[in-house]
Amino acid sequence: MDNQLLLTHITSIMGAEPQAEIDNYGMLNVAVSADALIGLVEGLKSQQGFIYLTDICGAHYPERVGGEFEVVYHLHNLVANQRVRIKVALSESALTVPTLTGLYAGANWMERETFDFYGIQFDGHPDLRRILNMDDMDYHPLRKQYALEDETRTDKNDTFFGR
Amino acid sequence: MVKTVDAPEGIEGQGFFATSLDKVIGIARSNSIWPLPFATSCCGIEFMATMGANYDLARFGSERLAFTPRQTDLLMVMGTISKKMAPVLKQVYDQMAEPKWVLSVGACACSGGIFDTYSVLQGIDKVIPVDVYVPGCPPRPEQIIEGLMKIQELAKNESLRRRDSDEYKKMLESYNIQSAEQ
Amino acid sequence: MSEITIKNTGQIISTETIDGDIATLNLGPTHPATHGIFQNILKVDGERILSAEPTIGYIHRAFEKLAERRPYNQITPITDRLNYCSSPINNLGWHMTVEKLAGIEVPKRVDYMRVIVMELARIADHLVCNSVIGVDTGALTGFTYMFQEREKIYELYEEICGARLTTNVGRIGGFERDFSATFHAKLNKFLEEFPVNFEEFDRLLTRNRIFMDRVIGAGPITAERALEYSFSGPNLRAAGVDYDVRVMNPYSSYQDFDFDIPVGKDGDTYDRFVMRQEEIRQSVKIIRQALEKMPAGDFHANVPEFYLPPKEEVYRSMESLIYHFKIVMGETAIPAGEVYHAVEGGNGELGYYLVSDGGRTPYRLHFRRPCFIYYQAYPEMIVDSVLSDAILTMSSMNVIAGELDA
Repeated sequence: MDNQLLLTHITSIMGAEPQAEIDNYGMLNVAVSADALIGLVEGLKSQQGFIYLTDICGAHYPERVGGEFEVVYHLHNLVANQRVRIKVALSESALTVPTLTGLYAGANWMERETFDFYGIQFDGHPDLRRILNMDDMDYHPLRKQYALEDETRTDKNDTFFGR
Repeated sequence: MVKTVDAPEGIEGQGFFATSLDKVIGIARSNSIWPLPFATSCCGIEFMATMGANYDLARFGSERLAFTPRQTDLLMVMGTISKKMAPVLKQVYDQMAEPKWVLSVGACACSGGIFDTYSVLQGIDKVIPVDVYVPGCPPRPEQIIEGLMKIQELAKNESLRRRDSDEYKKMLESYNIQSAEQ
Repeated sequence: MSEITIKNTGQIISTETIDGDIATLNLGPTHPATHGIFQNILKVDGERILSAEPTIGYIHRAFEKLAERRPYNQITPITDRLNYCSSPINNLGWHMTVEKLAGIEVPKRVDYMRVIVMELARIADHLVCNSVIGVDTGALTGFTYMFQEREKIYELYEEICGARLTTNVGRIGGFERDFSATFHAKLNKFLEEFPVNFEEFDRLLTRNRIFMDRVIGAGPITAERALEYSFSGPNLRAAGVDYDVRVMNPYSSYQDFDFDIPVGKDGDTYDRFVMRQEEIRQSVKIIRQALEKMPAGDFHANVPEFYLPPKEEVYRSMESLIYHFKIVMGETAIPAGEVYHAVEGGNGELGYYLVSDGGRTPYRLHFRRPCFIYYQAYPEMIVDSVLSDAILTMSSMNVIAGELDA
């Protein structure tokens, strides 16, 4: 099925035309709100054959006030060979999105990684805690305001590295 | 042609050979170093190639690799050590019995390498004392062998009392490592 | 009769079947058989495993944050360190992602050259995994012999890019140099000798009664559960689903080649082992076809904004000097946009999600790492089996710590 047909299917699942665009690289990008996410993904999985969750990741756009954080889902229909990208924009004060672990078992660690890096809470996740960083880390490192380097290191002189 | 280890200087006679104890022990130690390969990432794969038939670390006496700190002499740290892993590394070092040597293989173990990030320990010498550093990313097997040969030199020429000396104890204290007597 | 529910998977085990106390066993992070540093806290009843709780992140090097700091051509060396057993695949996958974003089309010759390099990398990766499965069952001979074959592959890498393991091969737009005559000679010699030695290794293990008794039935997973967990690569194909990114979304002219996708049945360790053996044979077939049908042409695309001009021209022509300066300083004009590109890595679908804002470094780069995703299923695969089977399952899943933690 091509992207236009997929868009009509998504419109019928959601009941209204979503904010969607087909980008220059052949991928349909659909933007939904956090409340509409489960309905859309469940419809895609059960009715349109998107049984494969490729990836979940987060992103931080601090200049988008009201929608600073974004959770990006990539789904894949293996039979019809169709991919779709779903994005959920979240503001810093309401950083919660429902979990997909009920639909895809593989979403478990993907959501934990997104929580670890950005602090996005996944409502209903069975075990939401840090996965890659140390448990006692008190900030979410991939947010744009934090530096890459460990600021407390003494053996490297930043002036030599142009920082 | 098999190259054997040269005998040390000493007095030879009919059925006996007399030399000093530390020379004999030095030769024995340096030619039978049993390594503990603490392989974490890419350097570990180069180490596996070094152990393989082409580069053959076993001919230096390092035939018996063990992953237990209790039975090994040389801690070869190969790969990136993150801050999460640092306490584990220190514990493994503590569990080894004296005399022990540490070989830091690869840029990540020596200084953090290309990963100047919040989660990577910038060099294992922040937590344990290191004897020989082998730079490279990853170092070729020949370089790892040269690192081992330098450890062999250190083991051969080490004084028997070094591990009991005050200087050594002070160095261990600077790393917050309890020395054996305490 | 009381029951306990296994936390991660919801499986229920009746306590009547438990004979004695439940012990807690810490497997890792430094353990000889885990081939990488990750920890599993197991609850065991004798040898029987009741539950496993994995902890990863012991080699988290913050690749994604590091990529936001580096210009596009400087990210290639860090992609090397993802799945370091098959680093050319990571490198070339990254170049293809940037080319997709910038709209660069490479000549056919580059595609065929890339296919040869990627299939060599796949052979190297599968050789490590299979010889290590042999080592974990006690058969060290295969390891010694197959690492000699890997040395030959390392020599081939050295011919094209100068490095053995972390190759940093290729450039955005193609390769830095054409395949030399020495490379062709070495590759032809490899294609003659390797299948013979490989079949010798195969005869040691694949139909060996002891090996088969040991690994058949160790760590199985059904196709449905594997799809739920987003498995990909040899692990998924061993469970019975024939999903291969090279066929589903062909890149780099893979559609021109004729090769089969082997598929297993039970998804247990034996199937994974035989899968990888068969994939090695298919890779050799692809390399032969690519060598035969290699088209003439340039070894790089004509994109002076991204591809370094030859040094003679840099010294003579003003434009080349400016391009050279801009590329080296990282001031390449990558358009803004977002793209997701996937390649078939040694372990499965290796995806790159790249968001660019037109600046000199990516705004966001996320690696879809197959190891990270399928390792989640490990507790489920080893529950109710014995400890030695758990070790075999882990090594047959080919978990590479660099790709797990990134």
